[in-house]
Amino acid sequence: MADILSVGIDIGTSTTQVVFSRLLLENTGGYFSVPRVSIVDKQILYKSRVHLTPLTGESRIDADRVRELVAAEYRKAGFSPGDTGSGAVIITGESARKDNSDAVLKSLSDFAGDFVVSAAGPDMESVIAGKGSGAYEYSIREHCRTANLDIGGGTTNVAVFDDGRVAAKGCLDIGGRLIRIAPDMTVTKASPAAVRAAADAGVDLYTGMTASRSVLERITGRMADVLTGFLDGRKSLLADALKTPGSSDFDPGGGIDAVCFSGGVADGVYHPKEDLFRFGDIGILLGRAVAASPLMRRYSVIEAGETIHATVVGAGTYTTTVSGSTITYTRDIFPLKNIPVLKLNGEEEAACFAGDCGTVEDKIRWFMGQNDAPLIITAMDGPRNPSYTQIRAAAGCLGAAMDRCFEAGLPLILVTERDIAKAVGQTMHRMLGGRRQVVAIDGVRAEDGDYVDMGRPVMDGMVIPVVVKTLIFG
Amino acid sequence: MTDKEKLIADIVDIVMEQLADRAVTAENADFSGDFGGQEELRDLTSRECRAVPLLDHPRDPEALKRMMGLTTARIGVGSAGARLKTRTLLTLRADHATARDAVMMDVDPEVLKALDLFTVQTLCRDKNQFLTRPDLGRRLSDEAAETVRDRCVTAPDVQLIVADGLSSTAVNANIADVLPMMTDGLRAAGVRVGTAFFVRFARVAVEDQIAELVGAKVVCIFVGERPGLGTAESMSAYLAYNARVGMAEARRTVVSNIHRDGITAVEAGAYLADLAVKLLEKKASGVELQKQGD
Repeated sequence: MADILSVGIDIGTSTTQVVFSRLLLENTGGYFSVPRVSIVDKQILYKSRVHLTPLTGESRIDADRVRELVAAEYRKAGFSPGDTGSGAVIITGESARKDNSDAVLKSLSDFAGDFVVSAAGPDMESVIAGKGSGAYEYSIREHCRTANLDIGGGTTNVAVFDDGRVAAKGCLDIGGRLIRIAPDMTVTKASPAAVRAAADAGVDLYTGMTASRSVLERITGRMADVLTGFLDGRKSLLADALKTPGSSDFDPGGGIDAVCFSGGVADGVYHPKEDLFRFGDIGILLGRAVAASPLMRRYSVIEAGETIHATVVGAGTYTTTVSGSTITYTRDIFPLKNIPVLKLNGEEEAACFAGDCGTVEDKIRWFMGQNDAPLIITAMDGPRNPSYTQIRAAAGCLGAAMDRCFEAGLPLILVTERDIAKAVGQTMHRMLGGRRQVVAIDGVRAEDGDYVDMGRPVMDGMVIPVVVKTLIFG
Repeated sequence: MTDKEKLIADIVDIVMEQLADRAVTAENADFSGDFGGQEELRDLTSRECRAVPLLDHPRDPEALKRMMGLTTARIGVGSAGARLKTRTLLTLRADHATARDAVMMDVDPEVLKALDLFTVQTLCRDKNQFLTRPDLGRRLSDEAAETVRDRCVTAPDVQLIVADGLSSTAVNANIADVLPMMTDGLRAAGVRVGTAFFVRFARVAVEDQIAELVGAKVVCIFVGERPGLGTAESMSAYLAYNARVGMAEARRTVVSNIHRDGITAVEAGAYLADLAVKLLEKKASGVELQKQGD
């Protein structure tokens, strides 16, 4: 048994949260076989309260105050920055802009421990929220297609999980704080997305106007309609207009069996509230509108494990995986951060295992030029049951190709999905006469354009914690 | 005939008529589909054939396929009344035949030749004696011991041995990949590797006698596992530090399940090389080694 203390920090458009969790690792391989280490349990140790994100302007994050807030939460939780072994800072929603992320990263850098990463982008947020809410686990447990709708302040992040695989993802500018209302019912903020939805509903909306419940209900009603149509896979002008920039086209394809709600508005969907304008926004009304929509009848509705904390819990506990347990690393050169991934396609992989090295070397050289990166990860699926001859061929090709392309002294890094890394890594190191360090890990799926972090080895050095980031500040 | 009797007779007629329509006859029997029809006979034990769900009308066919993909157990096979379907029964019998073959066959001499392994035999005369006298499978004949002394490097760090055990099929399937992989790994680590050879009609503990004969620090025997109905290709490696005849079984370190769907032969070879080096470093194996780890 070993464990990793993981921190999740979610800095969203409207709220900021911190969660500490413990990932328990165990060797489930048994005494008579090769070790097999996996994450067997995830315990949430501490959840911060939901803070309003400190802003200096409309959407500019006040990095200094974020830093103070995070420092205070570390103290309250009883941890110091060096304690955390993994985790993620994620900046989401409208805040996910390059200047914000740079500022926040800089101000949080000494909290980063060895291994805290940062990632954002609406697609990734959708997936992370769906994992944190429990929709992902449900889809695995019930072998079904489960959609998670994370309805927050500025956006609704949707992800569909099909038996644990991400089948569809998307994001709409629909949220509880798109319209803000003063106690006297004066509209103090009307975001462009809300104005667009209002126009579609045939009502006026502008800052300074006096709103009525019925007008706001027509707007939230339209928003709920858009969500219903969105899950059905129906196109509409309004849905297109509300699509969050940078998010994927949502295609639910094979349909949806169950839906799950998370985010700040979710409580109001599960338990529609009175006291409509308690938060000075349309969150409660939006919750009521979704609760009354056909969504609730069309699919089986499941209770979320986490609602408002879903994204931060997802960031803290689901971004870290562990490598396979038979791997190669010739020296502890970890942590490695933000290494871009070149994924070999099936043909290139086959060429490699057949001993045709030119293709791979060309590809690596091209990719390094494209990314202006001195160090890259070569990734592949890997064959199911390779022979000794194939392993030698592949190790020869990959080793020689990377050796020729990399500057002297840099390590060669290989990531495969199938369990072949120890064989290939060991052979590669031997063939290069030990002149470079080699890291070869398996059990990890990485795609072209991903970035990968690897942490310090755990469990007597058997496995390496890995975070695959599908997008960083794109 | 009373009205009641007439009614019953009518019902019987109607039912019989309907049943006649549905009966399987030479004309309407369906020989096509997954059985491969008349023109082609498929291997029922192949991965593709096993992946076909036989359960009629599953509520969620996709989920069934996924579940079947998670296990080699015979799930999703349906039934014919209270019994197995013909195809399930045939697959079971084919698997049983594969298992029997694995036990009864000899290891392919070509495989041994390609690896440059010479062959010696235990005290067992034949397969039958091997199966009925485990004790004889643990001792080399005098002649065999002589050969080993003559042909093997003495006092190696690691002595590798290949044995048929209870599955020659497992040896045929894995040894060409696992043995050179492990040997490469050991040599790269600067370990003196002994002369590998093959022992016919052998059980695990024959490694103890061989370790004594050649004076090996660590001995590792690859042996075919007793086949089940899941796979006949599974091989194990038993390693021991300073093995002695009659030593406790607890002194062996075992890596089992080496086959295409377990740990693959190449990955096992790479792992075993590191493991043997660990045994040499720690000067221990089996439970003793495990204790040192704690």
